[in-house]
Amino acid sequence: MTQVEQERELQAQFDAVVARHDRIEPRDWMPEGYRKTLVRQIAQHAHSEIIGMQPEGNWITRAPSLRRKATLLAKVQDEAGHGLYLYSACETLGVSRAELTELLIEGKQKYSSIFNYPTLSYADVGTIGWLVDGAAIANQVPLCRTSYGPYGRAMIRICKEESFHQRQGFELLMTMMRGTDAQRAMVQESVDRFWWPALMMFGPPDDASPNTAQSMAWGIKRDTNDELRQKFVDMTVPQAERLGVTLPDPAIAWNAERGHYDFGEPDWEEFAAVVRGEGPCNAQRIAHRRRAHEEGAWVREAASAFAAQQAAAQQAQEVSA
Amino acid sequence: MNDDSVYDGLLGGDDSQWAFGTDFEDPLAGVDTTLPEGVDGAALAAYCLMLGDDALVLSHRLSEWCSNAPDLEEDIALANVALDLLGQARLLLARAAAADPSVVPVLPEGSPVPPEDALAFFRDQDAFRNVRLVEGDRGDFAVTTVRLLVASTWRLALMQRLATSRDAVLSAIAAKAVKELAYHRDHAARWVVTLGSGTEESRRRTEAALATVWPLRWELDRTHEVERTLAADGVAVDPADVAAEVDVLLDQVLAAAGLEVPEVKRTGGLGGRTGRDGVHTEALGKVLAEMQSVARAHPAGRW
Amino acid sequence: MSAAAGGVRGEWPLWEVFVRGKRGLNHVHVGSLHAADAEMAVRNARDVYTRRNEGVSIWVVKASDVTASSPDEKDPLFAPAGDKVYRHPTFYDVPADVPHM
Repeated sequence: MTQVEQERELQAQFDAVVARHDRIEPRDWMPEGYRKTLVRQIAQHAHSEIIGMQPEGNWITRAPSLRRKATLLAKVQDEAGHGLYLYSACETLGVSRAELTELLIEGKQKYSSIFNYPTLSYADVGTIGWLVDGAAIANQVPLCRTSYGPYGRAMIRICKEESFHQRQGFELLMTMMRGTDAQRAMVQESVDRFWWPALMMFGPPDDASPNTAQSMAWGIKRDTNDELRQKFVDMTVPQAERLGVTLPDPAIAWNAERGHYDFGEPDWEEFAAVVRGEGPCNAQRIAHRRRAHEEGAWVREAASAFAAQQAAAQQAQEVSA
Repeated sequence: MNDDSVYDGLLGGDDSQWAFGTDFEDPLAGVDTTLPEGVDGAALAAYCLMLGDDALVLSHRLSEWCSNAPDLEEDIALANVALDLLGQARLLLARAAAADPSVVPVLPEGSPVPPEDALAFFRDQDAFRNVRLVEGDRGDFAVTTVRLLVASTWRLALMQRLATSRDAVLSAIAAKAVKELAYHRDHAARWVVTLGSGTEESRRRTEAALATVWPLRWELDRTHEVERTLAADGVAVDPADVAAEVDVLLDQVLAAAGLEVPEVKRTGGLGGRTGRDGVHTEALGKVLAEMQSVARAHPAGRW
Repeated sequence: MSAAAGGVRGEWPLWEVFVRGKRGLNHVHVGSLHAADAEMAVRNARDVYTRRNEGVSIWVVKASDVTASSPDEKDPLFAPAGDKVYRHPTFYDVPADVPHM
């Protein structure tokens, strides 16, 4: 069998696995484009979890009750765990976490644009849980069935934990809405700031999303950006009513004919600018990550050196025994 | 897992997924908070504040590592330690408030802030009773590690004895804390050995960390009047009773790390008073200014 | 960046983690993590994978020590037996202009 024939056969086997919605596993042959797309998507997702620790982490030392301090710390800790699961999934594709970290702090790989927005009040902790984690869940639940096994398995665990994050955020906002006028105003102001960026989390409109079709064919992606955005709006509008906040979009209205809520168009120029690196916090987020990574280098090196000393000592002991 | 199931948890449902749980409405719910016979409520409250504030302030400093640790795995580990200590603080502050309600800052009529939160977020610096050891800047990873080693070694030795306190609440809190602290001490000790032996730089930094932390160690060994009284009543532990054990344990760790016990001058108190008396370093004021800022801006707020 | 600059620079090895949820069950592979040595790997696994008391017992195995046989997985690049689950780092050129997520 020539190499071309062999490749063709492998491609056919790969296509068959994807077509029957089965999973591709790490040692399977896969098209190079599939692998690259997965690495890019999983890495971006992992980076988003890690960078996403910062906006909420910003309030850990100021959380206004012991209970909120604990839940916020536990939540941000979860995000570190999610990043870790995802980096592990990426490593099954032959890319190390160190390389991915390098790409992140060099600005060569992206993370979700939402984390380039600042957190300016404690209500933002709730809003991020409700809207940002809500949007993330809508994005991520379909990924539990993604065609790449390790990614899907990481996502199952992540989605389970994310639903608690969303609940935590919503519950904080509900509690604040039952508090003082100042607190209610804080919640509304926070929702006003985060609503549009949350909608942008689903990515550009379908007709401007060149990678979607291929990703769907490979089973890496399961729904289009616009489908997911609609699903999120449909889920969120009733929650906003229940909360007693106004979503900052006068175009939101139930459309009985479509069976969905109509809503306005996000500012895609702003989205493009933030993706380009011109958001309010792009530079700050990367600088923070870079600093933490660089300041930790001596600790990681010390642990490696210590492990090597121990291994050498053990070997010497075995030889003499 | 299907599309809908992850939304189920949005409202209602169980708390078991949270590392710390989210149901904290009354940390001492169902626990008999009656004072043991012959015990002075004010003294017991002061004692609980000492141990509670140690945990609260150290937890705060450790939580500053979140998103800043040398690696993801360590970020998660430090957050676990911080969460454990925060839990201990909450129980101890609640016990303080129950033992002597007059220690709780007075808030506006109708404020929904529970007493343990009032103690954490509305108390002034001079009413904090933590040792100064726990309040210093987080420093580098070596400073954090050495400080955690000292604090957890002392606290574990103390809590092991406090588990037999005549106060049922303190005894229950201590029994729970022992398991957590054993892990904290182990974690810190392994890192000290690793850093002491690892590279030239890690050794240099660890020696510098010892020089930073050691001058404040003596305060832990010193017996405060409140401790003396309550220890005699079988409620508290006299720190003098754990000092020798702590010395031996710390010496063991330093020996394993190839480090010397540093020769340092102690950081003196002020007119004989130290952290346990409410006299602190400049660092605590900044910690509290940050920690209390949101709560104090909304004294009638609900969170 | 080259592979040498990124992947090799003192990164801790990868460990595969197996957790037994409760007595009577098998250890199950739950994921992986990085650690300098086996002891650190067990401690990290405790924090990362069982911090919610999911685990009774933890095993860690250095990923490079796992020998795998998977007849169902089609991979022509490796001999039928003796390859490693963890492949060595390779540099991937990832385009910078990707707006997804």
